[in-house]
Amino acid sequence: MRQLQKPCGLHCIKVHHFGVTLDHQVILQDVNLHIHCGKLTVIVGKNGAGKSTLIRAMLGEIPHEGKIAYQYQKKGFVQKKLKIGYVPQGLNIDKHTPVSVYDFMAAYLSRVPVFLRKSKRVYEEVRQCLSLLHAEDCIDKQLCNLSGGQLQRVLISLALTQEPQLLLLDEPAAGIDKNGMDLFYSTIDTLKKSYDLAIIMISHDLEYVKKYADEVILLNKKVLKRGTAGEVFESREFREQFGMAAVPAGR
Amino acid sequence: METIYGILDRLLPFAWMQHTFMKHAFLAVLLMTPLLGMLGTVIVQKKMAFFSDALGHSAIMGIAIGVVFGVANVNAVMIVFAVLFALLLNKIEQKRAESADTIISVFSSCSIAAGLMLLSGSGNFNKYSGLLVGDVLSITEIEILYLAGAFVLALVFWVLGFNRLLAAGMHRVLAKSRGISVKLVESLFVVLVAVIVTISIKCIGVLLINALLIIPVASAKNIAVNMREYHFFSILFSLFSGMSGLIVSYYINAATGPMIVVIASVIYFVTFAYSRVE
Repeated sequence: MRQLQKPCGLHCIKVHHFGVTLDHQVILQDVNLHIHCGKLTVIVGKNGAGKSTLIRAMLGEIPHEGKIAYQYQKKGFVQKKLKIGYVPQGLNIDKHTPVSVYDFMAAYLSRVPVFLRKSKRVYEEVRQCLSLLHAEDCIDKQLCNLSGGQLQRVLISLALTQEPQLLLLDEPAAGIDKNGMDLFYSTIDTLKKSYDLAIIMISHDLEYVKKYADEVILLNKKVLKRGTAGEVFESREFREQFGMAAVPAGR
Repeated sequence: METIYGILDRLLPFAWMQHTFMKHAFLAVLLMTPLLGMLGTVIVQKKMAFFSDALGHSAIMGIAIGVVFGVANVNAVMIVFAVLFALLLNKIEQKRAESADTIISVFSSCSIAAGLMLLSGSGNFNKYSGLLVGDVLSITEIEILYLAGAFVLALVFWVLGFNRLLAAGMHRVLAKSRGISVKLVESLFVVLVAVIVTISIKCIGVLLINALLIIPVASAKNIAVNMREYHFFSILFSLFSGMSGLIVSYYINAATGPMIVVIASVIYFVTFAYSRVE
């Protein structure tokens, strides 16, 4: 487990008995998670294991059993509504879509109609959000022309505007090249150290998971195994799910 | 209306403007084309071209229901039918069924076939053939007022709801996670499209309405890099095609609707070539 420079660890998020059944098919069953702020928790699992469903259920997007509680341990204070920042894998855009990064961000952040005019105030606000992730150069670029890494930084900076206690990332690094990947994971690492938030990420990049994750959860309908990357990757359950080949080298 | 005619006579003292039917047509095009250009931006971005096409076809069924039941105000029946049809199609789309396009096609074909069947039953289908390509030269004052009403309605919706509509179009789950009521805003949008498509059918026709929703926007998409340019060019191209189509068709004695669409298509190919050269 990596040590935090400024461990707070007093906020925690508990997922109690989450279950999702869609069309009479059980997708998730009795999932329990306990996550602390300042920690990166990575969910791994085969395709169709219910990883994305878990994220969507946590967002309240699909009907589910169980509940999420947000606690501040010192005071035993339970906040009713957990603020969740969601970072999707990508956006519904194709080539030549005339949506600039400003348009995209302003559509979520402001009521000033983006087709009418560029508001100086909103523009400055968007620029500041982007600068948190060193993406302010992108502001006037078209979304469809961004690289995978740039798009992810835009999406994360949008999620941070909600001042979330929990950041949910759904396979964020899919389609990013090696350099982008290094940058992406080190950004996530900086985020968790400099903000008071917990991060849950779905990932297939086991090499990076091994390097950066504080906790790994192996999911297939239910939590099969949890622990440090090493513990999970060496477990019998992990081998049953992925076979030997998937285990990152050097273990 | 007389005041408006007076202003038109003073501003545009041309031979073609002398006729009252041309004044009506001018006003109708002036209201309709920017509206379709504006709505089209979202239809293209959300890949709903097929949806809006089906919506146009549903107008035939709306008219047939009105005629068969002997309702005096056929326009009202058309609008109500189109709104219900749009909400139904939207529901199918939102279910994200694998074969949504097939189901929409079935509904669209069914409504056009049933509509044609009912209308031809009385043996005087020719009376309605104008609906296929439209007839902007026979627009009445009341229809212009309908268009003006729709114009105001659409502007208000666009100013209040466009950001949320764009956000929902980019990523539904992301939009929902930020408290945007995606279903509501999308439903309002399809209702708006249904109303405006139905009102515009009289001018441009069932076969060509979708062309005006899509082509100017597609041209704008070729050259625009942000939402302001996208709207500006789309409305400009739409208005230009409409106006020039109306005037050219007057002088060469061609049908106005098709003329407008031909001009819009030429603009599309020019912008397409421009975007490739660039």
